[in-house]
Amino acid sequence: MATATVELKPKDYKSNVPPDWCPGCGDFGVLNALQRACADLKIPPHEVVVVSGIGCSSNLPGFFKAYGLHGLHGRPIPVATGIKLANKDLTVIATGGDGDGYGIGLSHFIHGIRRNVDLTYIVMNNQIYGLTTGQVSPTSLAGMQTKSTPSGNVEEPINPLMLALAAGCDFVARGFSGDTKHLAELYKQAIQHRGFALVDVFSPCVTFNKYNTYDWFRQRIVKLEEKGHDPTDFVAAMQEARKMGDGEVPIGVFYRNPNPRPPLDERDPVLASGPALVKRPMGITNAEGRKLIEELM
Amino acid sequence: MATEMAEAATRVVDLVVGVAGDTGVTPGIMTTGEMLTLAVSRVGYDIYTFQTNPAEIKGGQAWYQLRLSDQQLLSQGNDVNVLIAFDEEGFEKNEKVLADGGVLIYDASAYEPHPSREFRLVGVPMTKIAREQVRFPLAKNMVGLGAAAALVDLDLQVIRRMIEQKYAAKSMEIVEKNFACVELGANYVRSELGLSPIVRLKPIPRPERLVLSGNEAISLGALAAGCRFFAGYPITPASTILEFMMRELPRFGGVALQMEDEIAALASCIGASVAGKKAMTATSGPGLSLMVELLGLAVMAEVPVVVADIQRAGPSTGMPTKTEQSDLNLALYGGHGDAPRVVVAPSSVGDAFYTAIRAFNLAEYTQGPCILLSDANLANRKATVDRPDSQGVKIVNRLLAPESDERLPKPFPRYQITMSGISPYAVPGMKGTYFVATGLEHDEYGAPNYTPEVHTAMSHKRFRKLESAYANRNGDEWVSLYGARGEADLGVISWGSNEGVIREAVAQANAEGYKVAFAHVHVLNPLPEKELKAFISRVRRVMVAEINFAGQFAHLLAGRFKIDPIPLTKVSGTPFTPQEVLDGIRDAAA
Ligand SMILES: Cc1ncc(C[n+]2csc(CCOP(=O)(O)OP(=O)(O)O)c2C)c(N)n1
Ligand code: SF4
Ligand SMILES: [Mg+2]
Repeated sequence: MATATVELKPKDYKSNVPPDWCPGCGDFGVLNALQRACADLKIPPHEVVVVSGIGCSSNLPGFFKAYGLHGLHGRPIPVATGIKLANKDLTVIATGGDGDGYGIGLSHFIHGIRRNVDLTYIVMNNQIYGLTTGQVSPTSLAGMQTKSTPSGNVEEPINPLMLALAAGCDFVARGFSGDTKHLAELYKQAIQHRGFALVDVFSPCVTFNKYNTYDWFRQRIVKLEEKGHDPTDFVAAMQEARKMGDGEVPIGVFYRNPNPRPPLDERDPVLASGPALVKRPMGITNAEGRKLIEELM
Repeated sequence: MATEMAEAATRVVDLVVGVAGDTGVTPGIMTTGEMLTLAVSRVGYDIYTFQTNPAEIKGGQAWYQLRLSDQQLLSQGNDVNVLIAFDEEGFEKNEKVLADGGVLIYDASAYEPHPSREFRLVGVPMTKIAREQVRFPLAKNMVGLGAAAALVDLDLQVIRRMIEQKYAAKSMEIVEKNFACVELGANYVRSELGLSPIVRLKPIPRPERLVLSGNEAISLGALAAGCRFFAGYPITPASTILEFMMRELPRFGGVALQMEDEIAALASCIGASVAGKKAMTATSGPGLSLMVELLGLAVMAEVPVVVADIQRAGPSTGMPTKTEQSDLNLALYGGHGDAPRVVVAPSSVGDAFYTAIRAFNLAEYTQGPCILLSDANLANRKATVDRPDSQGVKIVNRLLAPESDERLPKPFPRYQITMSGISPYAVPGMKGTYFVATGLEHDEYGAPNYTPEVHTAMSHKRFRKLESAYANRNGDEWVSLYGARGEADLGVISWGSNEGVIREAVAQANAEGYKVAFAHVHVLNPLPEKELKAFISRVRRVMVAEINFAGQFAHLLAGRFKIDPIPLTKVSGTPFTPQEVLDGIRDAAA
């Protein structure tokens, strides 16, 4: 991650495409906070890649001035993995919705943590399928009425933070898009963390989720740093992560491993011992070719 | 045609050896075949193998077939001349392919065969020799190998070097014991049975050549083409490409990964390619089925990427170790929407190296996915090939946009409409520009756009890129022509690994007085229309040969060229034999 010498402002990360989200959508806050975090960290826009899946939330790369990839539903993490391994000098941010990351893409989420590529994964968790106009999601609370659960959700929600912790994620945080200043600070820490970092963001869908509204969150949100949570304490992190639903809703850094696993680019002997792949020559020297063929004879 | 007939006429040695038995009882069955293959190739003979591994992981009947000749080989041959059968079931299962008067080498301490036809029986007490004389019962297969070597008068020192290569790292004692078994087997045949060789494999002096499998050739070609990112997921018969790349890519400054599934494998390749590195994944039918949504993304977002599909018999899990060419439709059309992609198919082990390079070149040129369709037959079988020439081949890289010095990046027309359909590529990290590679329909800048004008223009653009690739093939041979040059009674068209066997059958048919031409298609999409039109117009009837039930290529050609081809298909999980193709030609020409 290189830093620019000249001052960068959040608006320098604004693309020429205006967001098409509903007025009041939580994803505006997610976008603003990310623009602020990148400006604060002085990462030149051309060295950032934002990779997304499909959903309202996944439209974000189009509104962010940086390179981007708006791919398939559920697949931002493996795509981001390829980008980061091909060019480790880029700041690679994977993003998407709760359906995208915790539903169809769940296995990539767990394996992404296991693989520990240096990615920041931001999930805009609105506990609903927004783009498809309001069906139940893997994080919808039990009992919630949606278009696809007309008599209320009979299933329990998944707990992404506990899953991430159990899978070995070294940086686990949750933010709220109603508090972009706090959220930007979480992003900055996540981007600076070397390895896979999760920031789950409660990002209300004002159109299709009439339960988990801004007010609902404001009544319940507690900042972990204010209640003296020790983010290096794994057990405490698990206990805080369990709190979901009608009780209090903690936000902040749940866990930051004091002895984080080295990211894949430090473990892979090729990546660890030279420039980014894209900065190496493409070809194969005569000597190399001959040696391989000798071995195959 | 002239050269093919001359070739057949000058063939002095043309021998097919089969090795059969239960790998649970005789674990070294495949090793026996492989060592014989390498040794024969070392002394200068052309080899062509065919093998079927048992479906069980350990145990079950295995089959290894080696054809060898002093001249170039085009197929695995028909009947077997020498059968090494380690157990009775191995003999009984394969007796039908042993030619009349052929040689049966069997383990006389395991069984006495009861053949239904006349064979030359060579009983060697393999188990007894290995156990009692060498005290190494595991190496009874080596006694069989020695017996076979004596019958073809193969220099035992060549075999010794193979054994050293394989076992010297383990221990010299193992080398000595294995070789003792080989010598005892050979001596038994010569002295105890007093048999003289049926052929003499005198060394042929020639430059050393490689013995490669199709999967190795694809992997080497990918390396030569500049592939430096590989991601895969294990699946028979493609796993050996994953293993090769995991082993070799780091040495060439590349990264190989085993992902959690085929979706993640192709997705990460797409990511690596977007970031500017040439990338490939390898899979088989079930994996390709999972990848089709991503193929569409690579088409829409215009990302060069190579997908090697090593076909096996389907549908569903099908027959994982058996060969078939039934993924053609999936490769050509798999996925939703109008998603044009390049499809190429290697025709032999030697050609697989160059086809892999062609696949990368076409992917880079068209900035889209290219599927390389190989099959289980080509994947595992070994053939002698001339040293691949990576110097003489042309490497194509995607058209890049220039970098600019703007402090803040400007939107970049990544999907600029051009005459060729091909737009300059900006790599993330490049200063002065930015864009979003996207699977949504988009305008020239990558911004989502669903207007009728844009979708129409962009659809044209995506298809036009393939037309441009065909127009700019610059002497690259997309169709190979064999057999009768002018007008012919029958024109055979085929694709993939059938090229050699059909060449052989066509040469034979022409020698018998039929007038047969043969066109072998290397690029299946975009189809080389001009070449095929010219070919079809000079033959009276077209026959399309392929290893699948429905005649997938025949249907494609029927629709495209308004013809009614005779299908020559086979779905036994095994490749064509020259005899089967010859019979097909005779029927069609009659
Ligand atoms: C393979 C596939 N299945 C289904 C869809 C339809 N689809 C689009 S977005 C979406 C869910 C979006 O929910 P989420 O990821 O939570 O994003 P949100 O819109 O809520 O931000 C679905 C099911 C799709 N695009 N692709
Ligand atoms: S539907 Fe919901 S998630 Fe989608 S843009 Fe509107 S408010 Fe946001
Ligand atoms: Mg959602």
